[in-house]
Amino acid sequence: MKRTDINIPSEVLRRVYETMLRVRKIEERVAELVSKKEIKCPVHLYIGQEAVATGVCANLQRDDYVFSTHRSHGHYIAKGGNIKSLMAELYGKETGCSRGRGGSMHLASPEVGLPGSSAIVAGTIPLAVGAALAFSIQKRNAVSVVFFGDGAVNEGTFYESLNFASLKKLPVIFICENNLYSTHMPISDCLANTDIYKKADIFNMPGIRIDGNGVVEIYKAAKEAVDNARKGGGPILIECMTYRWRGHVGPNDDIDKGLRSQEELDCWMNRCPIKRLEKNLLKDGILSESERIQVYKEIEKEVEDALLFAKESPYPDPNEDKFYNGVFKS
Amino acid sequence: MRKISYVQAINEALHQVIERDKQIFIIGQGVTSPWYVGTTTVGLIDRFGQERIIDTPVSENTVTGAAIGAALAEMRPIVVHPRMDFMYYALDQIANHAATWHYMFGGQLSVPLTIWGIINRGGEQAAQHSQALQAIFTHIPGLKVVMPSNPYDAKGLLVASIKDDNPVVYIDDRWLYEYVGDVPEEIYTVPIGKGVIRRKGKDVTVVAISYMVNEAIKASEVLEKEGLNVEVLDLRSLKPLDENLLLDSVKKTGRLIIADGGWKTCGIGAEISAKIAESNIFKELKAPIIRVSLLDVPAPASSVLEKAYYRKAEDIVSAVRKNLEV
Repeated sequence: MKRTDINIPSEVLRRVYETMLRVRKIEERVAELVSKKEIKCPVHLYIGQEAVATGVCANLQRDDYVFSTHRSHGHYIAKGGNIKSLMAELYGKETGCSRGRGGSMHLASPEVGLPGSSAIVAGTIPLAVGAALAFSIQKRNAVSVVFFGDGAVNEGTFYESLNFASLKKLPVIFICENNLYSTHMPISDCLANTDIYKKADIFNMPGIRIDGNGVVEIYKAAKEAVDNARKGGGPILIECMTYRWRGHVGPNDDIDKGLRSQEELDCWMNRCPIKRLEKNLLKDGILSESERIQVYKEIEKEVEDALLFAKESPYPDPNEDKFYNGVFKS
Repeated sequence: MRKISYVQAINEALHQVIERDKQIFIIGQGVTSPWYVGTTTVGLIDRFGQERIIDTPVSENTVTGAAIGAALAEMRPIVVHPRMDFMYYALDQIANHAATWHYMFGGQLSVPLTIWGIINRGGEQAAQHSQALQAIFTHIPGLKVVMPSNPYDAKGLLVASIKDDNPVVYIDDRWLYEYVGDVPEEIYTVPIGKGVIRRKGKDVTVVAISYMVNEAIKASEVLEKEGLNVEVLDLRSLKPLDENLLLDSVKKTGRLIIADGGWKTCGIGAEISAKIAESNIFKELKAPIIRVSLLDVPAPASSVLEKAYYRKAEDIVSAVRKNLEV
């Protein structure tokens, strides 16, 4: 089905709204906890970009794979990762999804199709290609999705991966979250050609650029891409134009450091992906004001429950690592 | 027992494992070429087709990453690097991804991947087509490293690497490819992490790996005629290392020579020396340890320089004589 013909059922829109809100509420709480130095590991917050992970993952099955990056919380939540395990991981606890060995940048939950996130820029792009290769050998009807930032486009493996995926017509969806910055640098200072989606063309692969703050548009584009890949139609590169409200790492916004302007941030905050959808849901009667308040309350409670779980959980036992247990699977 | 060559042993292992297990496939540069990876992959493409015998573009890092990704999706890939030199491109995927994945995600996931690196040197190929990088991979936590020295181990360690649930760097050497030896026709494994005494002796221990095992055996035959009794220990696995076998042998002889085809600084010899230095056996050493290894020099082209560069049996003979002061 073509994107333009896709109608999104109301219950999907409601679910998408709740997921975006869940990501936002967790990230805002995490930001506070980092400021208070309760969370010590480096966190790369997803606030502002929620529509991308949510809109894409709403089209995926449990056994489809999602590979992620250092900015991994949103992908993890949108694919169905447990938020108690997420919060415990940020606290470095044994009950964390990676048992306190991974931290914020290394979340996995294989039972929901999250085989890991890498903090090496572009590191998981070839992994996603390989999982798609496996699906194709196994004749499984699954797809592999990889999220990466605009900065990753400067890595050689991005190009090698696009070439290999297109060459073998693999069921892999490349999602570039273009938040305009590669750590501290504007992407226009790093890329000679900032039309990232056009880079697909060199490899005879479709590439599109869409509004990364419009979850409906993302959902539709992803649906078309996923359906096509499942049918053996091969890969696609989708560039989602978005913006992270916080700095590259940590709770601050990098404005004080002179890396970007208040005007720019304000402009993007006015385009908040959650508010946009919320307004439409209220207008179309898919969500009532009392339901909205109820959803907020429920999600806030979920977040506080996850936090309590994390705080009360035990730390890992250092004696276990002392004897190299856990380095190899036995 | 039936005798076949080292290269035939590898080829037979591949045919047998790919036939038996649908999870196994091979990917890398030159796997369908008649010469690129010696004749190790002969017949695979005709028998198993392009789906499981995947010749690739020259994209070492991505191809290695793809093999890791497939391993995370219930496959057991073998990724081939026809020369170890090219593996530097793939170091990010090997060290940052394959090696870390099990530990970094708290044991939820593992990467059952064989990373096959071929040492292919000599013939005036020079610095970028000659390297033996075992020390680099042995340094990295999360990787197992094996180096078979004969046809029996070439097959058995390859099968063991493929069956292992962890990333195993399997390093063979084209100088060994025509070596003939006993190889059972059936499928079998050689345990990873176990060395073996190739020749029993009491005067001096020569710990050797890969190609240097055969040079050590030649050296021991020369020295035998002089009445010197050399023990040759073939490590087979560099990680995990068979520490007990090493310590027992050196304790018995009180003398240690290490013969490795890699560079000296921070090489395998350095690690083995340190293991002895840290043990109680250190006090019982009758003479300083000697490392027979490559000088810290890139591989040369000219055959005159090559002859001087690579270590051979005669270098081990000299080292033993020096150690024993004979």
